[in-house]
Amino acid sequence: MDLVISIFEQGLIFAIIAMGVYITYKILDFPDLSVDGTYPLGAAITATLIASGINPLLAMLVSIMAGAAAGLVTGLIHVKLKVRDLLSGIITMTALYSVNLHIAGRANLPIFNTTTIFNNGIVNTIFPGFLEPYKTLIIIFIVALLAKLLLDWYLKTKSGYLLRAVGDNPAVVTSLASDKGTIKIIGLMISNGLVALAGSVMCQQQRFFEVQMGIGTIVIGLASVIIGITLFRKLRMVKPTTAVAVGSILYKACVALAITYGLSATDMKLVTAVLFLIILVIAMERRTRRKKLA
Amino acid sequence: MLSLEHIYKTYNIGTINETCIFEDFNLAIEDGEFVSVVGSNGSGKTSLLNIICGTIDVDSGNTLINGVDITRMDDFKRYRKIGRVYQNPAMGSCSEMTILENLSMADNKGKSFNLKPGTDKRRIDFYRDNLRQLGLGLEDKLNATVGSLSGGQRQALALLMSTMTPIEFLILDEHTASLDPKVAETIMELTDRIVRDKGVTTIMVTHNLRYATSYGSRLIMMHEGKIILDIKGDEKSRTTIEDLLGIFNRISIECGN
Repeated sequence: MDLVISIFEQGLIFAIIAMGVYITYKILDFPDLSVDGTYPLGAAITATLIASGINPLLAMLVSIMAGAAAGLVTGLIHVKLKVRDLLSGIITMTALYSVNLHIAGRANLPIFNTTTIFNNGIVNTIFPGFLEPYKTLIIIFIVALLAKLLLDWYLKTKSGYLLRAVGDNPAVVTSLASDKGTIKIIGLMISNGLVALAGSVMCQQQRFFEVQMGIGTIVIGLASVIIGITLFRKLRMVKPTTAVAVGSILYKACVALAITYGLSATDMKLVTAVLFLIILVIAMERRTRRKKLA
Repeated sequence: MLSLEHIYKTYNIGTINETCIFEDFNLAIEDGEFVSVVGSNGSGKTSLLNIICGTIDVDSGNTLINGVDITRMDDFKRYRKIGRVYQNPAMGSCSEMTILENLSMADNKGKSFNLKPGTDKRRIDFYRDNLRQLGLGLEDKLNATVGSLSGGQRQALALLMSTMTPIEFLILDEHTASLDPKVAETIMELTDRIVRDKGVTTIMVTHNLRYATSYGSRLIMMHEGKIILDIKGDEKSRTTIEDLLGIFNRISIECGN
């Protein structure tokens, strides 16, 4: 039972990352590696702020804004300096490693016994005894659901339409007298804001920040997106945001099973990589997207 | 009034593939004109459109709209006044979005793309009426993704989208070339109707000499970056396909083809 709860907790936190990666990878067709830096960025900021007694909700808000700012940097490097998409993300990711260390002040910052969204006066009293083991899961679920609903809403706005259009057919955006570069930057900001939010939640759930925690974030995000989208390809009523969230939980379940049945935690990244490869091959993701025009 | 003044454009400058397209090219198009542009491949027709729309930069010379110099203006800003339909029907709409979503975006051109709902429900009837006029049955498929439509349907939609909001110039880049003859005919008639209804200044590049002679108020033939024929009014209506073919053949012989 503990294992199942843990899978759902981890899966739902990574569902937020998957939604961010869905924006860049699926909508914008932009393989954004910044997330490997913005995920721990959210955690570093949250750990630092919470350790100094700041309200955890405020810490989450600051994390989102910092993530969005990092997305803005990636976007500006790509759009204004005309650096290739993959490289723009790598530059931001690399720079953020140092930034994260500076923010936290060290490579590992624990926040045990502090006020977090999982441990505060309100949630400690409203949850009745029998729900206590699920408290963390329920709170994560609410955060993930809010993120999903917000993103669903945004994608239905005028601005959201343009975001979808720019990945679909940039020529249409130009002919609508809109700057496709600006739209891409907005997409990267939302994406990285979400990823930093996930980092903030993860940091509060595991009660520490660790500078290495970002490594492989993009792989897990991509795997979740690809599992989700492939699984629900035929069902148009399932929103992509829901699909990638389910993908994320399934992915975490696969990794957890692999670890439970014999593989050590040391093999974690190896399992992650091999699993990702298997998913890629099964999903036949090999350039099924029509070659982009223009 | 659109004018191109002393345009110079050379591709791949300084390389073995250096190709001069325009050398002191000049063209003025009056408001309300419907100009057909014909010419062999490589004569500079599409480059001309790309220069007008800002898709490619010129080496020197000026592009002016109503006397205002737009030579250095970003392409997307020019599209506030320009609508464009491409040869490839897929270029004019977003395939993974629905007809309704595509039309909603087109309808919002020139306004802010903000956080209001992407589709204004009060406009749906208006979209449906517009689609009905195309006569392709699209009015019943508002929620179908555009990727599922045929080339002709997509091109009709692209035409509708590019002319939905008030524009000053309509740029048609061989927009019937990739369609079968029957659908091409439909699209051409539709184009003519829209151009007449809106009175929009139109530049149509085409390889179809019949369209070039029977539609539009002015005809330009280009060859190697120069205008070798520019007729309008009675002179244009007297010109037949045979006349145009005659000129084509004469140029070809001069070029040694």
